[in-house]
Amino acid sequence: MDNASLFQCLLRFGDNTLVLGHRISEWCGKAPALEEDIALANTALDLIGQTQMWLGYAAEVEGADRSADDLAMLRDVWDFRNILMVERPNIDFGHTIMRQFLFDAYHHAQLTALSRSSDPRIAEIAAKSVKEATYHLDRSAETVIALGDGTDVSHAKMQNALDLLWPYAGEMFESDDVDAQMAASGIAPDPATLRDAWDLRVRDTLSLATLNIPEDNFAHKGGRTGARHTEHLGHMLTQMQWLQRAYPGAVW
Amino acid sequence: MKPDLATIWEWLGEVPDPEIPVISVVDLGIIRDVVWDGDVLEVAITPTYSGCPATSIINLDVETALRAHGLDNIRLKRQLSPPWTTDWLSAKGASKLEAYGISPPSPAGGPSRCPRCASTDLQRVSQFGSTPCKAHWRCLSCLEPFDYFKCI
Repeated sequence: MDNASLFQCLLRFGDNTLVLGHRISEWCGKAPALEEDIALANTALDLIGQTQMWLGYAAEVEGADRSADDLAMLRDVWDFRNILMVERPNIDFGHTIMRQFLFDAYHHAQLTALSRSSDPRIAEIAAKSVKEATYHLDRSAETVIALGDGTDVSHAKMQNALDLLWPYAGEMFESDDVDAQMAASGIAPDPATLRDAWDLRVRDTLSLATLNIPEDNFAHKGGRTGARHTEHLGHMLTQMQWLQRAYPGAVW
Repeated sequence: MKPDLATIWEWLGEVPDPEIPVISVVDLGIIRDVVWDGDVLEVAITPTYSGCPATSIINLDVETALRAHGLDNIRLKRQLSPPWTTDWLSAKGASKLEAYGISPPSPAGGPSRCPRCASTDLQRVSQFGSTPCKAHWRCLSCLEPFDYFKCI
């Protein structure tokens, strides 16, 4: 196992939480109800906090005198390693919650496995984060059920969100050489091994939500390997990184 | 002369949590260890939630309090493992929370009674509240909303 692979692996964890954390923070002040506004902002806060830990460790492993902030604010699209699903625009509340649920179910299974990592730093960050992810999953699953099994309008919006997002779910379980190295040294699970637990949880919740899972398992991919991102990430970064782009090196 | 550790714990017991000033950082269970490493006092602090914005203020408050007691050689250490749990909230902290109007964490997953009127006829408004560590509930007897300290 080399440091470059471990660095890539940590970027994948930290970029997922950073990009999704930023996306859902976009609801702050304009969610459909005050309680939902607070819930999304709190979830975003947890994800950004986890990002600080993942990217902080990534920066140490890289040993190139970069900080977690440098990694978050000074990289461009091609250096991000998040899955494509989390960079998609929020579209509407239903789409945001469906994406959150699909991610939370994955995140929970991933962090549970990572809390047994052979790397003690990864294990402690995961053990801390999984408590938060458990809470996120409880809420997003409950909300998916309430909206899916809700009115005709909310049901149709949730089914539409699921149809749009399903082709982005497969990337969570893709494996490459970095994953093989991590799995061989007991640092991180092979993502493919998380699929069964995820499937079980997702199918159970979506069935209670009276939603139909699309039959086609085609998967868009390229985000976590850095091969290609969607056009949306670049637009998001122009906002998230605006200050550092306009005033390079500015400090608080 | 170096003050003994029991005295330092007492001093830390007077540092209020910045968001819920009715309890101290010791009541909250986030001070994990206090040791002398030669002439340096090392205080291990664990975050409640990963992104809790109060974390840096808590570090500043702890350092300020110790300096006010004449300690200059201080090192604050972030300790992640084992992760913070509401089981570490002291019994004194729990009763102070309730007196303040915040229902303390309960293993049942929700508040056991209304902190104002003690009714058990309660309803959850939101799984999240005014800080990462709280959820929002309401009492169906006295009709007052209240914060519940989430159990994690």
